[in-house]
Amino acid sequence: MAGTRITRTPTSLTQGSGGATRGGVGESTPRPDGVLKVTGEFAYSSDLWHEDMLWGYTLRSTVAHARIRSIDTSQALATSGVHAVLTYDDLPTEVTHYGLEIRDTPVLAHGKVRHHGEPVALVAADHPETARRAAAKIVVDYEELPVITDEASATAPGAPLVHEDRDDHHSGHVPHPNIVHRQPIVRGDAAAAAARADVVVRGSYVFGMQDQAFLGPESGLAVPAEDGGVDLYVATQWLHSDLRQIAPVLGLPESKVRMTLSGVGGAFGGREDLSMQIHGCLLALRTGKPVKIVYNRFESFFGHVHRHPAKLWYEHGATRDGRLTHVRCRIVLDGGAYASSSPAVVGNAASLSVGPYAVDDVDIEALALYTNNPPCGAMRGFGAVQACFAYEAQMDKVAAELGMDPVEFRRLNAMEQGTVMPTGQVVDSPAPVAELLRRVKAMPMPPERQWETTEGADVRALPGGLSNTTHGEGVVRGVGYAVGIKNVGFSEGFDDYSTARVRLEVVGGEPVATVHTAMAEVGQGGVTVHAQIVRSELGVTQVTIQPADTQVGSAGSTSASRQTYMTGGAVKNTCEAVREKVLEIGRRRFGAYHPAWATAELLLEDGKVVTDGGEALAGIAEVLGDEAVDLELEFRHRPTQAFDLRTGQGNGHVQYSFAAHRAVVEVDTELGLVKVVELACAQDVGKALNPLSVAGQIQGGTTQGLGVAVMEEIVVDPVTAKVRNPSFTDYLIPTILDTPTIPVDVLELADANAPYGLRGVGEAPTLSSTPAVLAAIRAATGLELNRTPVRPEHLTGTD
Amino acid sequence: MRVTFTVNGRRQEADDVWEGESLLYVLRERMGLPGSKNACEQGECGSCTVRLDGVPVCSCLVAAGQVEGREVVTVEGLAGDNGELSTVQQAFVDAGAVQCGFCTPGLLVAADELLERCPQPSDADIREALSGNLCRCTGYEKILDAVRLAAARTEQAV
Repeated sequence: MAGTRITRTPTSLTQGSGGATRGGVGESTPRPDGVLKVTGEFAYSSDLWHEDMLWGYTLRSTVAHARIRSIDTSQALATSGVHAVLTYDDLPTEVTHYGLEIRDTPVLAHGKVRHHGEPVALVAADHPETARRAAAKIVVDYEELPVITDEASATAPGAPLVHEDRDDHHSGHVPHPNIVHRQPIVRGDAAAAAARADVVVRGSYVFGMQDQAFLGPESGLAVPAEDGGVDLYVATQWLHSDLRQIAPVLGLPESKVRMTLSGVGGAFGGREDLSMQIHGCLLALRTGKPVKIVYNRFESFFGHVHRHPAKLWYEHGATRDGRLTHVRCRIVLDGGAYASSSPAVVGNAASLSVGPYAVDDVDIEALALYTNNPPCGAMRGFGAVQACFAYEAQMDKVAAELGMDPVEFRRLNAMEQGTVMPTGQVVDSPAPVAELLRRVKAMPMPPERQWETTEGADVRALPGGLSNTTHGEGVVRGVGYAVGIKNVGFSEGFDDYSTARVRLEVVGGEPVATVHTAMAEVGQGGVTVHAQIVRSELGVTQVTIQPADTQVGSAGSTSASRQTYMTGGAVKNTCEAVREKVLEIGRRRFGAYHPAWATAELLLEDGKVVTDGGEALAGIAEVLGDEAVDLELEFRHRPTQAFDLRTGQGNGHVQYSFAAHRAVVEVDTELGLVKVVELACAQDVGKALNPLSVAGQIQGGTTQGLGVAVMEEIVVDPVTAKVRNPSFTDYLIPTILDTPTIPVDVLELADANAPYGLRGVGEAPTLSSTPAVLAAIRAATGLELNRTPVRPEHLTGTD
Repeated sequence: MRVTFTVNGRRQEADDVWEGESLLYVLRERMGLPGSKNACEQGECGSCTVRLDGVPVCSCLVAAGQVEGREVVTVEGLAGDNGELSTVQQAFVDAGAVQCGFCTPGLLVAADELLERCPQPSDADIREALSGNLCRCTGYEKILDAVRLAAARTEQAV
């Protein structure tokens, strides 16, 4: 608005490296936003502030499935300090639904609510508490309906349909309208192979609903603009995907919805879907005032999708000498009330369901259900996590049946470069599965009985910790191994691209580079890597990273371990083009003075144009003078194909990444308490652009896998489909006391197709950490344990 | 109501404070000090940790009225007057202990208090002192490294 000012918004990050040879690719250079983050000055989306802003609040459904008979907003509207109350009837255009792949999610509930916590109405008021209290005065008359909570209730004859009038591109091929998407994969002849097997092992597994539990709550600030549009400052994973969903609902062209990324306090997939974006804009446009929305933790559990809980059935066969003959499996994912990214999760679960093993004969089915449970979508590992938990348990079972060492059995069957995936895709870059297992096994073991001290037991290191539940009696140790495979980047024929703009100019006599992308920095360190790439490619010390916004082309999502590959690749490519331009200018200006301008391979290093022989020809600043080079380019990875809907065949994935874990646990068998003593990881990253950040990603991903192994689960009441634990009191994530030492062994086998040979890092460590912990607990206790998380009652037989 | 207290060595007044407002809300929304974070507002995650008369507390659980006349130190008060980072702040940057950074201010305040109370903590001491601060990104390993680094640098400096 004219005359007003936003006093707290995202700022550019400028970082000098203190010397051109430092801070390039391959170095553990510090984050450009690090100082702002340790001083409290970094503007996260919940920190934004405008001098006359209002606070928005969302009224959410208290029941999981109901017809809405009426909504009475009169008392809320009459509350002093309230500026607007909106329901479905107030939406400005006929487009009233949005969605990542399928537009099935209402902005505000329309006629029905389909899950506990679904947004029903919005309030804007001058104080957050006023907004909350006014929302509590809204009277919604619900006529409750029976809930669909699992496969049996979803596909029973006469089962009510979660979406009565489905008309999306999956509805034509699914066997039931309550199935979002189904992907079979058939390759070879599993039945014939099963007949050849000396041992056949079957198992069924349950994977609980995990939450991303990022710390920064969903939040943002929507500011109405004079042109009738809106400026939205928000924490998200993909600005352009948000924009594509937001603008039609507001009835605005995309050019009138200007989005800027604000500080993001973690994401892990939970910010791929919209949360407060449209709601904030609607309230801002209605009231003509800036509106800030910040979810509290309770609301955050309803405000984003979760990891799909899953039921998995597996059959593995093997010959006496330890070769896998076949795999049959069925994976049922609960997608909840709205589709979100369920179709893609199904594709991942199916295509990665066999794990990093070479098996010719497979019969696979993966599907996602529509239910009245909370919507599920993206979370770190994206469909590969659930499968890894099950196939790794199976690998241990088969090894035990054969009397083989479980690691040796895995190494015998490990895939390698050239292996054909169940989808028929040939793995054409290094796949060091056996080597990762060897490495993780070779890492030194943590000492036995570490908790023993000369004075007795240090209970802090024992299961139960300071609760003093044990002093070591009844504590048993176990060791377990697991390995996993994850795809990198968007798959199945998706046009996955990234854009980067790089400007090189002379400021104060020095060459300075500015990078502008729409990449969401969610904590992963993309901003650090971009500055490193620029330093390496352009030989400058000063790099400024502009705030990410929609004034530049899409960078795609910060997910699927793709950002360093994709937007990093775009920055690299653009830098190369900028370099060519600089050399062109140099040849034009100075070419006559030195023959090397025409004959030598030229590089930009230490602020100079140098020959490949190391001879300096001119300073970059001299070459550029007053001229600025400013280019914007897109980067694409090689194309992929959709999986055949019947056979699952197709070159669906861009790249694979691999990680292996060894878990050491101690279990108090009397009380069923687990202490993870150590969780070692070996991972191939192709090329570590920033080794410190790589280690941080591996350790963070490992810890999220540990969480789902022993404590994390959103508990949904099976009768009412209501969420029982939407708080950090009841949904537990690992503390520093729950998290062991995580030694990391990083392998760098370059992928010839990827920028710098790199391999996406973020997700793979989340896969194998869970089954490794489970394997260790099984080894310690001798129990079968086929569900996550493991709870005390499962260990003490009191379930 | 009006609340008057000292924040990071400076006397501050907040007017029109509603009696239900937390210290966290007053710091963030009324005093322009958003460094203390609002991750759970349930006293579970430690992101809003400040020192109240020297003692680390979750500012989301402190009613604004309780701080009348008292002394509060937030993450904004850790750096020197000239903007120079404190030892523990610099160690977090150097050790790679900051990723998304949302937990960082609370961890810094808690670690600062630990190192003041116990300049050479064991790993078990660090884990115990920081057990009230959730971090979802790092796996805590680099946070341990940072506190160890800060302790080592402090010892060298003495």
